[in-house]
Amino acid sequence: MKTLVKVIFTSSFFYSLIRVATPLVLASLGAVITSNAGITNIGIEGIMLISALAGVFASAFLGGPWVGLLVAILVGVICSLLIGYVSMSLKADSVLTCIAFNTMAVGGTVYFMYAVVKDKGTTLALDSGKLPSIPIPIIEEIPVLGKILSNHNILSYVSFFMVFVVYILLYKTPLGLRIRSAGKDPKALSSVGVSLLKTRYIALAISGVLGGIAGAFMSMGYVTWFSKNMTAGRGFIALAADAMGNSTPIGATMASLLFAVAEALSYGLQVTTFPPELVQMLPYMATIVGLILYSIKRNADKAK
Amino acid sequence: MGDMNSKVVLKAEGIVKVYPNGVVANKDVNLEIVAGEIHALIGENGAGKSTLMKILFGMEQPEKGKIYLNGQEVTLDSPKKAINLGIGMVHQHFMLVESLTIAENIVLGKEPKKNGFFLDRREMLKISSEVAEKYNFSINVEEKIENVSVGVKQETEILKALVRGAKILILDEPTAVLTPQETKNLFEELRNLKKQGHTIIFISHKLNEIMEICDRVTIMRHGVTVETKEVKDTSPAEISSKMVGRDVVLHIDKLPAKKGELCLEAKDLCYTNKLGKMMLDHVSFKLYAGEIVSVAGVEGNGQSELAEILSGMKEKNEGEILIENKRMQDYSPKAFREKGVVYIPEDRMSVGSAERMSIRDNIFACKVDQYLKKNVFLDESRMEKDAKKWIEDFQVLCFSSKQKVNMLSGGNIQKVVAARELTEDFKIIIAEQPTRGIDAGTSELIRRKLIEFRDAGAAVLLISADLNEVFELSDKCVVMWNGKINAYFEDTAELTEEELGYYMLGVKNQSKEEVEKIWR
Repeated sequence: MKTLVKVIFTSSFFYSLIRVATPLVLASLGAVITSNAGITNIGIEGIMLISALAGVFASAFLGGPWVGLLVAILVGVICSLLIGYVSMSLKADSVLTCIAFNTMAVGGTVYFMYAVVKDKGTTLALDSGKLPSIPIPIIEEIPVLGKILSNHNILSYVSFFMVFVVYILLYKTPLGLRIRSAGKDPKALSSVGVSLLKTRYIALAISGVLGGIAGAFMSMGYVTWFSKNMTAGRGFIALAADAMGNSTPIGATMASLLFAVAEALSYGLQVTTFPPELVQMLPYMATIVGLILYSIKRNADKAK
Repeated sequence: MGDMNSKVVLKAEGIVKVYPNGVVANKDVNLEIVAGEIHALIGENGAGKSTLMKILFGMEQPEKGKIYLNGQEVTLDSPKKAINLGIGMVHQHFMLVESLTIAENIVLGKEPKKNGFFLDRREMLKISSEVAEKYNFSINVEEKIENVSVGVKQETEILKALVRGAKILILDEPTAVLTPQETKNLFEELRNLKKQGHTIIFISHKLNEIMEICDRVTIMRHGVTVETKEVKDTSPAEISSKMVGRDVVLHIDKLPAKKGELCLEAKDLCYTNKLGKMMLDHVSFKLYAGEIVSVAGVEGNGQSELAEILSGMKEKNEGEILIENKRMQDYSPKAFREKGVVYIPEDRMSVGSAERMSIRDNIFACKVDQYLKKNVFLDESRMEKDAKKWIEDFQVLCFSSKQKVNMLSGGNIQKVVAARELTEDFKIIIAEQPTRGIDAGTSELIRRKLIEFRDAGAAVLLISADLNEVFELSDKCVVMWNGKINAYFEDTAELTEEELGYYMLGVKNQSKEEVEKIWR
């Protein structure tokens, strides 16, 4: 217990909490957009992974991390539109489409990584660079808080800014109104002459942008290289966060933070004497427990 | 109306509509709508009203015929086009997003914008509350749809159409879901709309409502527009006789009924639907072996709920059912089947059959237990043998027993359903609209089968809106109106269709004592 307290109540634990929360928040916001439009985008995991590699390549060969970020976003959008085309326009089963896409993402990234850097594990050999970390003036000076909040990667700040962007998009714009209608009652949307397909493609594209940023963060912020299957299920955790957060941007962010605590804890505890196998399970255990609790609560609400 | 100044705004001429499955919904439809009138369209279910309205709203395209709007011929190939031309429709099933507010639903698709990107909430509220005010709708546009009553939802739909510039409003059975107070309120609003120059097409089969609010009425029967009359020059009796009249008299020979034992007894069945409307209001009757009792009535007066309760598809709220003098404990479909009740449902596609499975699989769906080898494996050869026999017996037109049901025509699907149900070990048949929308040959086959089984000692409850069927098949007849049995006829031979029509439309009602003769 003492070790646990020691691990948690340090500024470095909270600093790492924000760091590990970044990709979860971004991906869960992507999931929020699509699930509001009536699509469960299981492919967000693969989108992140492919974007992460694309970002590293673009950064190394085309002109630094900013170009890398741009390409990662672009690739994220293309990937999600591809999923949309197969599952919506060609009407393949959407779950199977996304599973196939995710499997392809794992294998495909390794293939291209090997083709380019002759390594099946990481792209360490490439000098791909890192998006800058930003010290925040004034806050930086505050003891403890400064250490927690300042000097994060720029995408961490972007991710929390995105919560507001997505909130405004969903609730304050005509597009948001249409996206929510597409998810809640597609017939009503069609009956007023708005294309359901178009609305859903737009939602998918936006989730591709968010997934792309999340991927770029993984390989150019969180670490500075791409490694095999580096997303490690974060896309799925993000889907769980979306469900737990009732598909609202704030709710999904809160749920993401909860899962991030588990993940940060697993890193913190790795330096202690806890069995590492158990510790590494933490974020995934937390996801399952979270979903169970959420479902119990939802069913209880329904019964009322 | 009818003077020289009346201007025809919408005209349909010689409309023919045949659905891909061969159902002829509109045979020869002619309709003239005059500017500023409330025009009723009345007809039985299946008479072709909804199809006609879908054509006028661009949801279906006719095979033949022309549509004129203000004298100009138009092609209405999508609802969007109809909306742009000033035609609005309020569907029976609302097209609203439950989690959004009334205002959001009203502007959805043509949202006012601020700075080119943001939703202009103030403008949205202004647009929707202004239109509500203009037409005297007292609603709070900021309320969410999921929290408002059915009446308000309907008002939202009307406002949705008005905001999009509808001059002609089509209302598809708008009062079917409303309480009497809400209906009164709706009529007030419709009168007001009319005063402001709107034209309203009002689909209904409630005569009293038509008499109350409409200027003219067009009567449809079996896909044809029978006649258009000024409401003030007609009477409920005239409309009802034109609406439910028989056009071909067919005749099936049958022996006099041999009344047997009491098979089924229903006592005070009540059922309230999800919307809180009481669909069955203390319905009681007895069913004897060897007799066909028909339940006549205009759709939506509780007949389908009755059939669904007697087959276990819905659970009653009150009352009880006794089969062979034993009170039912369990009201599941399985329990009814075990007691020898078979059910031919009205919706043969989604309830009656598994449309993407083969004929054989459908026939054996309820009897696989009797076709097992070593108690585990399906005895395919025996199944195939019996399937062949029954396909022949029920004259199902198909290439093989393995053909999928959705490849068959409506009539043949019904034969498959009948083949499954009527080869069970049964005592009671609940047949709900067994011949609706199917060809004459199949109808006759199914009717003959029902008589055949009645002669063999089965009790048959026949729910039908087809008066031919009621007159030809039934030994006794009851009429349902407004969730109650409002008439009982011991002998259908003396009954005329006019007489029956009055009861079906609630123009006449028998006294309680007369109805209670069912108990004797």
